[in-house]
Amino acid sequence: MSDKMTHPENEKELQALLQRAFPPPQNAELQRDLWPQMLRRLDAQPQPLRVPWFEWALAAVVAAMLVLFPNAIPALLYQL
Amino acid sequence: MELLERFAAGDLEAFEALFREHQKEVYRWAVRIVRDTGIAEDLTVETFWRIYRARQRFDPVAGNFRAWARRIATNAALDHLRHARVETELGEDYPAAVHGDSAVRDELRGHLRRAFLELPAKYRVVATLALIEEEPYKEIADAVGISVALVKVRVFRAVRLLRKKLNSLGVEVPAKCPTK
Repeated sequence: MSDKMTHPENEKELQALLQRAFPPPQNAELQRDLWPQMLRRLDAQPQPLRVPWFEWALAAVVAAMLVLFPNAIPALLYQL
Repeated sequence: MELLERFAAGDLEAFEALFREHQKEVYRWAVRIVRDTGIAEDLTVETFWRIYRARQRFDPVAGNFRAWARRIATNAALDHLRHARVETELGEDYPAAVHGDSAVRDELRGHLRRAFLELPAKYRVVATLALIEEEPYKEIADAVGISVALVKVRVFRAVRLLRKKLNSLGVEVPAKCPTK
């Protein structure tokens, strides 16, 4: 790709006009520490759903019972 | 364990250290693209939020955190520009017009601002960095995540679109710039 396409002489005028139309903002340096804002953002994130250990244990016991005593499945379903 | 390794492993203190080390640079980069200090602050936090979420994808041995942060900041700015309402008025951050500016020049500036802000975001980001900020094409390519050739194409298309928009407004960009 030729430089002529991207930097033709007549683009210089347009570039100069753009630079004047969009001057650098004043106070372009960061004026304050953004870490407190970042912490608030981190705290606001939704926490992953935590399942207590005893619920996992209960689920494991039920699963084991169903594997060991498959005949109990219809009775269990009837209770539900 | 090194700072970057601790960060990648999810250590919040390591993340804080990286945040404090790089926040000014990320902010400066964002403000050059969006040209608004308040939005740049929000984008800095958004950038680090994305960095934190993507920490497991960062390679602490081979990865360049600075370049990675800059690319994420550029994407965050691009997303902002895609959804932001076009504002043609100068914000409080901008210096006042130079004393003695003519009405004609102000009108031209207004048309130019409107036409530029109406460019598609992907052209606007590249054109802002290349034409207004005079950032090297290689730096722009790395920040946007495209090739240098594509940067040139986008600058070319941005200029063509800009001229087309200005022509539709009845504005002819003068061969010589008006003097300050």
